[in-house]
This record gives sequence, C-alpha cells and structure tokens, in this order.
Amino acid sequence: MRLIESRTTFVLTYTALAILLLITLFPIALLVLNSLKPATQIVQSPLAWPEVYRWDNFVRAWNDARFGTTMLNSAMLAAMTIVLVCSTGSLTAYVLARRKIKSWKIVTFYLLATTTAPIQLFLFPLYFGFAKLGLINNVFAVSLIFTAIYSPFAVMLLRTYFLAVPKELEEAALIDGATHWQVFSKVMLPIVSPGILTVALIIGLYSWNEFLIATTFLQRADRFTAVVSFFLLSGQYTSDWGEIMAAALIIVLPVIILFVALQRRFIEGMAGGSVKG
Amino acid sequence: MHRLYLIPTLLINVVIIFIPAALTIALAFCRWDGIGTPVFIGLANFRQLFADRVFWMALGNNIIWTAIFLTVPIAMGLLAATMMLIARRGSAFFQVIYFLPMVIATAITARVWQGMIYSPLTGIAGLVTRAGFPVPNPLTQPATALYGIAVVDLWHWWGFLCVIFFAALRQVPQEQIEAARIEGASFWQMLRYVLLPGIRPTITLMMIMTIIWSFLVFDFVYILTQGGPAFSSEVLSTLAYRSAFYDLAVGKAAAVAVVISLFGLATTAFYIRLQAKEFDQ
Repeated sequence: MRLIESRTTFVLTYTALAILLLITLFPIALLVLNSLKPATQIVQSPLAWPEVYRWDNFVRAWNDARFGTTMLNSAMLAAMTIVLVCSTGSLTAYVLARRKIKSWKIVTFYLLATTTAPIQLFLFPLYFGFAKLGLINNVFAVSLIFTAIYSPFAVMLLRTYFLAVPKELEEAALIDGATHWQVFSKVMLPIVSPGILTVALIIGLYSWNEFLIATTFLQRADRFTAVVSFFLLSGQYTSDWGEIMAAALIIVLPVIILFVALQRRFIEGMAGGSVKG
Repeated sequence: MHRLYLIPTLLINVVIIFIPAALTIALAFCRWDGIGTPVFIGLANFRQLFADRVFWMALGNNIIWTAIFLTVPIAMGLLAATMMLIARRGSAFFQVIYFLPMVIATAITARVWQGMIYSPLTGIAGLVTRAGFPVPNPLTQPATALYGIAVVDLWHWWGFLCVIFFAALRQVPQEQIEAARIEGASFWQMLRYVLLPGIRPTITLMMIMTIIWSFLVFDFVYILTQGGPAFSSEVLSTLAYRSAFYDLAVGKAAAVAVVISLFGLATTAFYIRLQAKEFDQ
C-alpha cells in the first residue's frame, strides 16, 4: 500500500528517515571509532579515523574495570533475576489470565499500580533494612529487588500469551485425569514458552543495564556489576577516553549482537506491553 | 489451590515494594538518619521542603522535563512512524536502528555523550570550538545543563515511541486510509483526520506514561551532572537520593519521594477517569 503517490513526497520521506538514522547512529559510531584510538588522537579529533589501531585499549579496559569479575557478577545477577521472574511470573500470569481466583482483578490492579511507583518510594527503607540484615553486597538480594520491580511487567506480558491458549486444551487435560499442577506445567508452560523466552531476554537486558539499584546495593569492588564498574572507571580512575569507549564497547557489544539477532522478540516484548488493541 | 501460585510474586512484591513504601510514607513525618530511632516530627519535613529553594527548582525542572518529553519525542515518534508507513520499504530496518539506543545502558549512553560530544576537550563541541565556532559544554552552564541532559535522554528514548506508534498505525483500518486517499487527502490531512484519530488511545497512554516517567527521571541526571551546576539540573529523584545517602536526611528524602508519588498517583487517577469516560461514550 502507498499512502501518497507523489514522487517528491517519497524522496522527502526517505531523506527525513535517513537523517534520523544518522542522528541515531552517530553517537554509536563515535563509541566504536574512538574505542580503537589513542587518547592523544581523540583530543585532536573525535571524528578522525584511527592512525593506529590501539587494540590494547580493550586489554586495559578489561583489567582496569575488572571485567573478569564484574561481568561475571552481571551475568549471575541477570541469570538469577531471569529465573526468579520467569518462574514466579508465569505462575501468576496463568492464574490471572484464567481468572482462577475471585480476586484476580484486585491483584492485577495492584501489580499495575506498583509499576508506576517511583523507586525512591521504597528505596530508602529497603536500603537501610538490607543494611541491618547484612544484605548489602549480596547479589541474590539484588536479584530479588529486580524481581519485584520487573515482575509486574513480565506478568502482564505473559498474561497475553496465556490468554491466547484455547481453554479446551486445559479442559481436555483435566478430563484425562491431569492434576491442576500438571495442566500448568505439562500443558500450558510448553505452549507459552516463546513468551517466556521473550520475557527472559528483556529481563536479562534490563538487569544487565540497570544502574540505580546496582550502584546503591553493590558497593564492594568485587561485587560491582559491569555497568557500575564502567561508571566508576569513566568517572574517576582514568581520563583516557579510548580506554573508556573500549570498556563501553565490551559491555554493549554482546547486547547489540543479541538485539540484532532477535530484534522482533525484543521490540515486541518491550513495546508490546504498551500497545493496546 | 490456585491461590498458592500467586504467593511467590506477591510475597517478593510486598516485602520489597509494599512494606518499604508504607515505611517511606511514615518516615516522611519523621526525622531519621538511617541508623538511630526515627523521631516523629509531624509535617516539619514538608514545611522545610516548601521553604527550600532547591526543592522548587527540582520540581520546576521536572515540570520542564515533562513539557519537553510530552512534545518533542512524541512529535518525532509520530512523524517518523507516519513516514515509515508511507515508505513501507525498509521500515523494518529503520525500526531496528531507531530502537537501538533503548538497549544501550544509560550509564554508557551518558558517558558517550559526555566525552565524545559535549566535552570541550575530547568531544565534537571541542572540535567545533577549535574550528573557530565556540560551543560551550551545555552540561557545565546552569542555563543549559537540564536541556543538555534532555537531549541525551531524547536520543535514547524517541525511537521507542516511534516503534510503538508505528505498531499502532499499522492497525488503522486500510479502508479508512484508502478512502481518504481516493478523496485526495494530503499528507497532513491524512495525518490529522485519519491516522492520529486512529491511534488516539495509544497516544494518550504514552502521554500518561511520559508524565509518570518524567517525575522518575534519575539515571541521566545523576550520571551527567549530579543535579549541578548549582542545582540547576536538580530533579526530585536526585534530590531525594542525595538527601538520603549523602546528607543522611532520610525523612526529608522520604518526603520528596511522597511528593513524586503524588504526581504519579494524580496522573494515574486522571487516566483511569479518562478511560471510564471513553467507556461511557
């Protein structure tokens, strides 16, 4: 379908879209380009092509940001959060989608309400409470916080996947003598597994990138996440922007590769919760 | 039986969010340094806030922020989405690229803009300055700091809206578009009379979410300027964070958090009323 057939409209449209494309890609290109340059050349011009390729920027970034440790922390945090959100979230989404309990409306409304609550509304007592319980610098405790923050979103998204499963399937399994738990775990879960994968990807992305909670609750150098150690590296330890951009690229590259490979899942998952109809 | 399925989600939610949120509301009426025993002081925290110049500046900045994000990214998103609908070819590609900034960590986006674009030493601003067109670093000028941050967030954010609007636009019935086209509607007429009304619920929802999110903005401000220089880019969330963890004035921080939440609550209530009204029609 074409909305308007005039040729000028077409040219104008593509020109505008291309300009927006350049604006979007420009900072990312600067990131990649300068990650390969020596600091002295960046000072001359951030736009110039590298005179020499400084691959050792990546080695120094890896060592100075202690990515060996901090990336592992980030990965563990993301993995724990994914497991927690997907397991607890699918249970809740199933019950809410199928209206298995009378109070499904109240629970849905409550979960929606918590998504609009500012983090600051619960951050301070949570922090001082965790401090009293010795849970600061505890990666599992942080994954519990992530779970609380992200699961309403996951529940709402998974709910739509459960809603798409025909009721007859469930009824047939029950008639065949399956228990309620078997219906959920053996019949429903395999069908909604694409939805669970989408949720896992997005939750993984969110926890990998998260800053506020991670910087507040993980304060010891051996517990930092990759993003927090990048933040500290770029803030105080060095003013070598070649090294800083190399560190940035190390964190961003796996994310971008995953995003490009699985773009539809990411976009549908992140945008899907907000589009109605 | 099925009630048990809800226990894990609700338990985590109540322990992490509900109980601390209730405590925050209580703490807003107390003086507390985070360690000792909270002392009830009634409305003193709020009275102190309302007499504080920085609080009003932060609130004002949140309102400016809301105004910027209610207009610029929504207009950009709508326009780009409409153009993608016209272009059709390549729309999947444009969509992926526009969305890309959303998957990059805020800390990284902030540092790239800070060092590679705004910096007078290593950034594009410096390059332009050396070429004879002096460009000050917007983040270090009180008059421009907030806008400098907003540009970074705009870059990060507008593509998300574009993708959402594009998804909604594709669901506008073909017959309506076709009919308008046959009657010779121009691009702007098409946008004004067919496409925008067709996706109004999505636009409304995004505007509501924009207002709520604008009062929560934290990462970019905290990383780029920490609210400075001279509190010129302070927003409520950074004010609360600094009060709690730097000044150990947790009661004051709690009071600010309550103020932020009230704006969110008012917006949500407004949205629910709006929904109900539309339902009645």
